[in-house]
Amino acid sequence: MAYAVKDYKTEVWVDWCPGCGDFGILNAIHQALAALQLPPHKVAVFSGIGCSGKTPHYIGTYGIHTLHGRVLPVATGFKLANPEMTVIAVGGDGDGYGIGAGYFLAAGRRNVDLTYIVYNNGVYGLTKGQASPTLPKGVQTKSLPEPNLMEALNPIAVALGAGYTFIARGYAYDVRHLRDLIVAAIQHRGTALIDVLQPCPTYNNIYTREYYNARVYKLEETGYDPVVHNPTDEKEIVEKKAQALLKAYENGDRIPIGIFYRVERPTLEDELAARLPHWGKALANLEPIYQRDLTPLLDELR
Amino acid sequence: MPKRFVSWMIGGPQGSGINVAAETLAKAFSRGGLYVFANIEYHSNIMGKHSYYRVRVSEDPIHAPVEEVHLLAALDEETLFGDHHHNPEFPTHHGHVHEVVPGGGIIYDADLGDIRDRLKRDDLRLYPVPYFEMIRRALEPFGKAAEYRQYDIMRNTVALGATLAILDYDFDLVAEVIREQFKGRRARLADMNIQALRVTYDYVHEHFGNDFPWKVRRRERRGDHILIRGVQAVALGKLQAGLGVQTYYPISPATDESTYLEAVQSKYNVVVIQTEDEISAINMAVGAAHAGARASTSTAGPGFALMPEGIGFAAITEAPGLVVFLYQRGGPSTGLPTRTEQADLGFALHPAHGEFPHIVIAPGDVVEAFYDSFEAFNWADRYQMPVIVLVDKYLASSYITVPRFETRHLVIDRGIRYQPAGQRDGYLRHAVTESGISPWVVPGTEGVVFWTTSDEHNPKGHISEGVLHRMEQMDKRMRKLELAAREIPDSKKFTLHGPADAQVTLVGWGTTKGAILDALEELSALNGLTFNFLQIRMMRPFPAEPVGAILRRARRVILIENNYSGQLGNLIREMTGFRIPHRVLKYDGRPFTVNEILEGVRRALENDEERIVMISSEAREVIPWPTR
Repeated sequence: MAYAVKDYKTEVWVDWCPGCGDFGILNAIHQALAALQLPPHKVAVFSGIGCSGKTPHYIGTYGIHTLHGRVLPVATGFKLANPEMTVIAVGGDGDGYGIGAGYFLAAGRRNVDLTYIVYNNGVYGLTKGQASPTLPKGVQTKSLPEPNLMEALNPIAVALGAGYTFIARGYAYDVRHLRDLIVAAIQHRGTALIDVLQPCPTYNNIYTREYYNARVYKLEETGYDPVVHNPTDEKEIVEKKAQALLKAYENGDRIPIGIFYRVERPTLEDELAARLPHWGKALANLEPIYQRDLTPLLDELR
Repeated sequence: MPKRFVSWMIGGPQGSGINVAAETLAKAFSRGGLYVFANIEYHSNIMGKHSYYRVRVSEDPIHAPVEEVHLLAALDEETLFGDHHHNPEFPTHHGHVHEVVPGGGIIYDADLGDIRDRLKRDDLRLYPVPYFEMIRRALEPFGKAAEYRQYDIMRNTVALGATLAILDYDFDLVAEVIREQFKGRRARLADMNIQALRVTYDYVHEHFGNDFPWKVRRRERRGDHILIRGVQAVALGKLQAGLGVQTYYPISPATDESTYLEAVQSKYNVVVIQTEDEISAINMAVGAAHAGARASTSTAGPGFALMPEGIGFAAITEAPGLVVFLYQRGGPSTGLPTRTEQADLGFALHPAHGEFPHIVIAPGDVVEAFYDSFEAFNWADRYQMPVIVLVDKYLASSYITVPRFETRHLVIDRGIRYQPAGQRDGYLRHAVTESGISPWVVPGTEGVVFWTTSDEHNPKGHISEGVLHRMEQMDKRMRKLELAAREIPDSKKFTLHGPADAQVTLVGWGTTKGAILDALEELSALNGLTFNFLQIRMMRPFPAEPVGAILRRARRVILIENNYSGQLGNLIREMTGFRIPHRVLKYDGRPFTVNEILEGVRRALENDEERIVMISSEAREVIPWPTR
């Protein structure tokens, strides 16, 4: 049976502010799931806390709305226990790059097969507009009493260092492009980061829809090749990362979106499968574990 | 009848292999039909600081250490005389000579010279053994005698060889245990160590005769026994329970359990993952639990201090099958990383903000640790609430001989599962039911999806701040705790050891159990009174009624806890209104000895003292073992 976009929606009222970039991301996720024809019961969407945290409630798959900053550990644990599920984690920039920064790094190192979408708007929306880790120094949005004191973190650059195997940037108001990025990210084997430029119309009056509309351009339209073609070639990996790093810091009059970097590396699941002969088949339903025989371990203790 | 036993201690710098020597001896004793209790004290340090290991052996079951040492094996000078030489301003101890009983023996390196004046006592048998000469001789047949200084690590085997000769124990049994430690390409090391054992054994017999008054002889014992420590018992309980995912962040003294599981993970199909911190560890476990696996994380106090939000998250989202193991160590903060304490009871009872149901169980020994670890997962699935198993460093690292675990009667109960009714069937993850239990489902089940959230929610798992949703979800969650209180049998919640109508009732929890049990027999013989021991195991839901009834019926009650304030005493008072008049407490980071229980009880009964604080024999004179 074919799944339509509506099969991935829920009846829950979407309580984001009118004009919020989150709507574009939500639509792109719905469309991507339909494009991939993933059965809803084979998909689980996780979120952190913040405006973006509401996302799972608006998607007709398994939805687990976790804690502030901890979405990646929860999603990772879920995936390791139930590896046949398609796992998507979402969160805001404060959630992922601030309070969850440690997990953002560790997820890159682990390379579990999941997709992480960050709604990046430079502010803490749900607590009324404080500066987030991606708001540049000296900027004063209308919700800030004083200009921002700290430098902005560059998520793409950090992801390159952390070991993400798929690194992309989307734009919330280019839903079709974002949909394609999400499709590619889900199809990618490994941890995929999509940092999404997501204007907050309520609190961020500087990085607005108009601001981005005038600046974003698509990497793929410039002949940019993000793919490491020989994943065992460390030299090519470094070259592709260096190229992506240059693009990551291109944030003036022109802002690139699209896939910055992509490489096929063994996932944590691959490593586990090599170590655990029955892993993945039995963990969640777990029938074989019920017959575990401790005799050899008890014998060793004699 | 009081038990006869022999108590041996080995001391030396961390990294000198005292644990290998002690565990080898313990295993050889246990295989020889004897009962062993062996516990280590060590610093948070890799190499150099003083550590010591006690091995107590008896023909009868024993459960705790005693203070007196019959035979002390010193790998270094500090074991004898303390650390004044490198800690002149604030020495931490004065050695262990004072713990040796009159007529007892000391094995030490003959290179230390004449130590008689420094001992300040002349009632000991001295066994000066030239450690390096023994190593040199042992290496001769291997053509390595010239390099003997490089084999200083074998001093522990030399001390062990001397021990065997003095205690007159079975040489071949020890050699067999050593051989098992060095397999394959390392077999030659076994030969070298056994040769060192032999050379020293012969040397000691030749130079010192065989007249030590405390001997250990192998014997026949009925039934199959194992020598096991707490981390192993917990790991085995988890495996038997069908553990699917174990997460951990390295921390003393919990890590050994995870590395044990990691070593067998491919055999038993368990995912063991080292995380970036304990916040990740708890949340990954919660994720795995929601995915349908039995999931667990094991930590110590400082790690648990990072877990509250994850525990609250598990509670409000009703994650099935999550069990957290808290190995208590000396707190607060980093505290005493490698020492024991029972100071996290209050923390385990209030492990997050807000009000939610959870279960706290505190096994008292390795046997209970195994069965409680198993059962904890059944509760976690059935009641869909976090279960905390409270253990400690002392349990984690102490070896004891116990009957082999019986597993045939253990039944896995994954609780009430949802039966899907077809496509998009309106499953409610947080359905409001009379029992409070909402049937759970493994994600991926055809036709079913669910939502859940750390926000308060409606039955479908969507965020709701509606008054009625809040009330019905809160009430339903808390009903599960009432259900657990009704369903879990009293036998899991507490045990009254000894006669029901005893004249004196001792109250305790967790790993004071062993010392209290061993003391019980002595106490009756000593005081002419009758004693029993009320051991509380389940801290939440607390068995308030039966415990209150027992205490109100009791004639004299004495509380014993390995902490500063008597946290169980406070809990009992909160839950039952009963105030225990005497508290025997210890918070120096070391476990209770049997001697200290005897002394504490004596002071409570004879002097009517309310607060009795024990300090380990490391830092004071030994409390004499009762004369018989």
